[in-house]
Amino acid sequence: MTKATAAIVGSGNIGTDLMYKLLRSDLIEPRWVIGVDPDSPGLKRAETHGLITSAEGADWLLAQDERPDIVFEATSAYVHKVNAPKYQALGIQAVDLTPAALGPAVVPAVNLGAHLDAPNVSLITCGGQATIPVVHAVSRVTEVAYAEIVASVASPSAGPGTRANIDEFTKTTSRGIETIGGAQRGKAIIILNPAEPPMLMQDTVFCSIPEDADRDAVAASIHDVIASVASYVPGYRLRAEPQFDDPTPVSGGLARVAVFLEVEGAGDFLPPYSGNLDIMTAAATKVGEGFAQRVVSARVPS
Amino acid sequence: MPYSADLDIRVTDSSLRDGSHAKQHQFTVEHVRSIVAALDDAGVPVIEVTHGDGLGGSSFNYGFSHTPEQELIKAAVKTAKRAKIAFLMLPGLGVQDDIREAAGNGASVCRIATHCTEADISVQHFGLARDLGLETVGFLMMAHSQPPEVLAKQARIMADAGCQCVYVVDSAGALIMEQTGDRISALVAELGADAQVGFHGHENLGLGVANSVLAVRAGALQIDGSTRRFGAGAGNTPVEAFAAVAEKLGIRTGIDILKIIDAAEDVVRPIMDGECLLDRLSLTMGYAGVYSSFLKHADRQARKYGVSGAEILIEAGRRKLVGGQEDQLIEIAVALAGKREKE
Repeated sequence: MTKATAAIVGSGNIGTDLMYKLLRSDLIEPRWVIGVDPDSPGLKRAETHGLITSAEGADWLLAQDERPDIVFEATSAYVHKVNAPKYQALGIQAVDLTPAALGPAVVPAVNLGAHLDAPNVSLITCGGQATIPVVHAVSRVTEVAYAEIVASVASPSAGPGTRANIDEFTKTTSRGIETIGGAQRGKAIIILNPAEPPMLMQDTVFCSIPEDADRDAVAASIHDVIASVASYVPGYRLRAEPQFDDPTPVSGGLARVAVFLEVEGAGDFLPPYSGNLDIMTAAATKVGEGFAQRVVSARVPS
Repeated sequence: MPYSADLDIRVTDSSLRDGSHAKQHQFTVEHVRSIVAALDDAGVPVIEVTHGDGLGGSSFNYGFSHTPEQELIKAAVKTAKRAKIAFLMLPGLGVQDDIREAAGNGASVCRIATHCTEADISVQHFGLARDLGLETVGFLMMAHSQPPEVLAKQARIMADAGCQCVYVVDSAGALIMEQTGDRISALVAELGADAQVGFHGHENLGLGVANSVLAVRAGALQIDGSTRRFGAGAGNTPVEAFAAVAEKLGIRTGIDILKIIDAAEDVVRPIMDGECLLDRLSLTMGYAGVYSSFLKHADRQARKYGVSGAEILIEAGRRKLVGGQEDQLIEIAVALAGKREKE
């Protein structure tokens, strides 16, 4: 079976980690890595793996005779907003790893199937990829009036883009908790922890549940979704069993379930503590493979 | 150089913000009116009013507010005749819209807090606060955990972003005497005329007033406290005691000593659920260098899971948790309970 071809636009840490994941894919052939800096170590690494590289940005890529089926954008929200219409005009499906949030938001374990033919999909945020599946797991078995997530990430894994616009993280993630997670109201909190050695990414999900909710069913649904995410993010796991609390004044009178997650990166290029980045590149790979299956099957003559 | 023609230093009272932790965020409009009226009458120049964890803090993770904090801010602004009303916000939790709303409700001092190595997440918020015409203060939290030169560099990031006074914040109440002075001196040397320097102390090792005096001697122009220590952990530097000590040292705070002593006893104390004590858990926090706001959370989880609160806090220190990671205390308690079952 032939593979769908792909380009990675953005030759930084994320783009490089993604390249290693795509090189292992049975469905995607990464053929290009595109940057803007000729001295980028990411471009040199791509060359050693036999990929075509250019430091002249997405415009160079799109001017070639042969173009990719799929593009993965690992630049910045600003750059992606400029590039996205060009990809779409040429019929190239885009997987957006930036916070630009132009296309529908996708969390593979929850709603990948719904957007396989979208010209552009957004991966929301790392915190969203880690926590929205759990909110979904609860909201599919009981009512979630409010869900809140706390993402703790190691300081060295939070890049300058995230730092300069941290409100974007909280807002985009909150919205994803509502629209994809299925909570009526969502709230996201991000904490940067500088501990040395760096801590693994840790996420906590609090979902309000009715007092008489079937707690066994909630816990079982959470375990199912954890396994589903772990199938494409191997380092994704529970740190404790889901914890249930009855309502109290400090809980706003709400009963709740609390879920404690940890994400250890695969260490493809980025260090294992940066599970927050790994879950983005792993999710991007999973989404890209969904696209690739469609691309390849469309090629088969009827 | 003094803070102004009338004041050598300016005191900010945090009873209605850091005290929110001790009150488990159950302040009412009536509480705010009483405390603001008494502190304002005693000449406290700035009064901070917000959820203990800052704007947007009302949550599962930190505890839901009884009354929305913006309502409390409005009540404070309406009550104060002289005092400025301040609010706290932590980037990553609160957002810029929260700052806009607080400014719209009449608060005039925006205090933005980050962990003391992460100042660069506050840049957009300082920019907005200055655009809105707010006075700005920056908080470098858990300042005991980094040496003076690291703090000075982080202070520079805040000052360049528009922060007018950078505080060394001893969130864990773990700084000891000269460690405070050295950190203040480093910031004063770095910032020069670009921004003032402040100190926010806690009582977990019983040094709130002493550390604050050393901070002033090292050049701090703004000092935080909470009347009756109404704050997180063993409480904050007691404003009434600090004001009295300052007066005896010839440091002008503008605070009427007898009035603030009365306010502490007659107005603030009755609103507190209990005194803020230097007890086993608080002392453990100062000793282990743990964020003071973890106190009530550790206590609650210890009771729920039947484990030792002190052990939870020591593990929090060992994991080097920073402010905001209250969720981890639950997981620590679950792990301790699991370990005990195995034994």
